[in-house]
Amino acid sequence: MRTFIVLYNKRNDIVSSKKISYILLEHRKNTKMSEDKLLEQFEKRIEAGEMIEPKDWMPDRYRKQLIRMMSQHAHSEIVGMLPEGNWITRAPSLRRKMILLAKVQDEAGHGLYIYSATETLGIDRAELVQQLLDGTAKYASIFNYPTLSWADMGVIGWFVDGAAIVNQTMLAKCSYGPYARAMVRICKEENFHKKQGYEITATLANGTPEQYEMIQDAVNRWWWPSLMMFGPSDKDSPNSAELMRWKVKLKSNDELRQRFVDLTVPQAKAVNLILPDPDLKLNEDTGHYEFGKINWDEFWNVVKGNGPMNKERIKARIDAHENGKWVREAAVAYAEKNHNNN
Amino acid sequence: MAEQIKVKSGWKIWEVFTQSKTGEPHIHAGNVHAPDAEMALQNARDVYSRRNEAVSLWVVPADQLIATSPSDSGPFFEPADDKIYRHPQFYKVPKGVRGF
Repeated sequence: MRTFIVLYNKRNDIVSSKKISYILLEHRKNTKMSEDKLLEQFEKRIEAGEMIEPKDWMPDRYRKQLIRMMSQHAHSEIVGMLPEGNWITRAPSLRRKMILLAKVQDEAGHGLYIYSATETLGIDRAELVQQLLDGTAKYASIFNYPTLSWADMGVIGWFVDGAAIVNQTMLAKCSYGPYARAMVRICKEENFHKKQGYEITATLANGTPEQYEMIQDAVNRWWWPSLMMFGPSDKDSPNSAELMRWKVKLKSNDELRQRFVDLTVPQAKAVNLILPDPDLKLNEDTGHYEFGKINWDEFWNVVKGNGPMNKERIKARIDAHENGKWVREAAVAYAEKNHNNN
Repeated sequence: MAEQIKVKSGWKIWEVFTQSKTGEPHIHAGNVHAPDAEMALQNARDVYSRRNEAVSLWVVPADQLIATSPSDSGPFFEPADDKIYRHPQFYKVPKGVRGF
């Protein structure tokens, strides 16, 4: 067979070619399949545990659901820098300051990994950022709560990054290759995030009575929003069934939430902190902790934009984008000037 | 790979390959946006090597990477399918031969 290079557009039509082998063209003609047949093959591949890669055929719904989910995830990493960024200048020691800086920088990196993976689905990062700034894209509602004290840095690392690890450990095995690979990378780094948070928590919990009170207050404020991070109960989550059939998600929202609760309760006990739920108790038969009713009205209210910090978060992103504009333009001008000189 | 994308900001996409230590191959890590090669390397370092994951980095403009297409992978790689004699398991070694 001769060597050949063929370029396809997103619909898999040949857009340009050099020395196309006629054998290959014949093959393509013979294997032009109907949508139904392609969908059947796609689902068979998923069933068999195969990974889907960017150039593979995929149903439109799969592509759209992934773009929605992954871009929300990427936006959450970026907006998630703001609540913690709030305390960098007021960290209580140089050690804590360096750690917090590194952690927030990691979140920026995580956002970039996921934007990059989302772009493989044929959407431009600039378009995704535009959607965030327009308010048409969502991000994790937990970042619409304010960080009122230094203790919040401990509890965010412990709860919020802890919850993210539970979710992302599952996503690292999802059916879309670029997303799964980004998650593997992220999970490795999140463990540092959770540990530094738990260290702050334990330090304050073992400190003065005022410090203990401060960390307990942070626990009280962040516990319920952290449980909401896993999303609505599966019976109220319209996307869940389809996402699970295509192995974008491998576990239900409720299963993940339960795993987080089971992991966190003993960690709270170990540092003598009380999780603010009178109904929280171990079910001896199942081995799982049962917990009280989540206030979903609050959740939907924050999702709809009425949380304490929604407007401020978007404003901060718009300001960052606008204020960085001249830097991006200058970098392009510099690159063009160098290019023309060479 | 993220070819076919026109980035509105004028920043191109560069695919990033990292070598974890000397003697190892460069492996695809992901991609970055950058206006030129120098900034692509700096961004690649900040995004893909914050924990010493790389001792060497390659960046390649994404539109310069030519790849096979999955729908043609069958006939494209087919010439290798029927050449099992390329594998040592194809051959029998007489019994009694040690340390072959």
